[in-house]
Amino acid sequence: MTLDHSARMKRFEEVCVAHLDAAHNLARWLTRDARNAEDVVQEACLRAFRFLDSFDGRNGRTWLLAIVRNTYYTWREKNRVHGSSVEFDEDALAALGYDMHSLGNDPDDSIDRALKEDESRRRIECALAQLPPEFREVIVLRELEELSYKEIAVIIAAPIGTVMSRLSRARKLLLLELQATQAS
Amino acid sequence: MDCSPIERLLDPYLDDELDPARAASVRTHLEGCCACRRVLDAMSSLRTTIRTEAPYHRAPPELAMRMRETLGRESQEAVRTPAPRTHPPRWNRWFQLGAAVLAAVVVSTTATWLLTAPDPEWAIAEQVINGHARSALTGRPMEVASSDRHAVKPWLSARLDFSPPVVDLTTAGFPLRGGRLDYAAGRPVAVLVYAHRQHVIDLYVWPGAQSRSGLDRPRTFTRNGFNVVHWTDADMTYWAISDLNSADLEAFANNYKTAK
Repeated sequence: MTLDHSARMKRFEEVCVAHLDAAHNLARWLTRDARNAEDVVQEACLRAFRFLDSFDGRNGRTWLLAIVRNTYYTWREKNRVHGSSVEFDEDALAALGYDMHSLGNDPDDSIDRALKEDESRRRIECALAQLPPEFREVIVLRELEELSYKEIAVIIAAPIGTVMSRLSRARKLLLLELQATQAS
Repeated sequence: MDCSPIERLLDPYLDDELDPARAASVRTHLEGCCACRRVLDAMSSLRTTIRTEAPYHRAPPELAMRMRETLGRESQEAVRTPAPRTHPPRWNRWFQLGAAVLAAVVVSTTATWLLTAPDPEWAIAEQVINGHARSALTGRPMEVASSDRHAVKPWLSARLDFSPPVVDLTTAGFPLRGGRLDYAAGRPVAVLVYAHRQHVIDLYVWPGAQSRSGLDRPRTFTRNGFNVVHWTDADMTYWAISDLNSADLEAFANNYKTAK
């Protein structure tokens, strides 16, 4: 069935505009950059608009988030930010564009100050940002969007067992990272 | 004790994703196993840390506007030229045309929808959802931003022909953020804005018990990823809306009813 123009616009408002915050939050955590997040959201909404006919009308939030996620991976591929590895180690992180030592090289200690000012917030943000995207996305979807395993499975196009194991692994990695930064 | 079969279940246990039988077996194991309890405690406090400390990046208000502009162009192109076009010419003119058409479409679809809406309660649910989404997009969910109910209530009362009950639910985990005015069910209404973790809860309040009298057990709707809880009491009609999960939103409704 093809929607006519007005039905399409109405549905777009209901689905995309209504869940723009969720879309932006996921894109922002995946890209770790404000401007790139907006690019990904805009591109995702454009795709959503084009594929509105395929929306089954059930859960707009999961439908849009799945598109945001796909758009992000396409964007990442195009921008040659490699790192399909899901290992939480320095090499994988370096491949993702991370320098784990950059925190220690901060010339005017601004990060150090920020840490002291709002240490817990910074620590969890850094730890999350350092997770490979495959793990970061399930944490964001579960803890910040508070979606069920079934909904997350739809978004990441994987079986529920995969959602469970990624979430479990992601939590362990986060705990390890938080313990490490607390100790140092 | 062999913990490995239980260890795999700790995440779904924490996430409330186990069937009752398996959840019970995890509980039994936890009673006798300090090691697994410690793991679960660590996971649970990690959850609290993430939910309270990690920023929730809401969309900047201008993003929705920019997107509508882009789509105004996009949909115009789709209407005029079905084949994909590589260079949209004179896009500035397309843009203006798109915006005008979009405005007309929004008005006409709303009107059509109101005429064809099957269930009056659904119609109100829809209005409340749209109001909630709109306020999030404008970036101004509150017109009066205060956690003090003695500031929020008079602000609303001064602008409405009724005085909405404003309660403090901070200890229950639902701090007050402020309030605003909106228009729903054909009248100006009060919107109390509460928070729960990263989620915003809008509580729409207006006098009168709608068509159903005494809906003291809240009704929960889920629509399009939003949850809505609706109830009434002797004086007022209430609609709570959030993208919070329905269990927590119902807990909010119950806390509000008890505190009132």
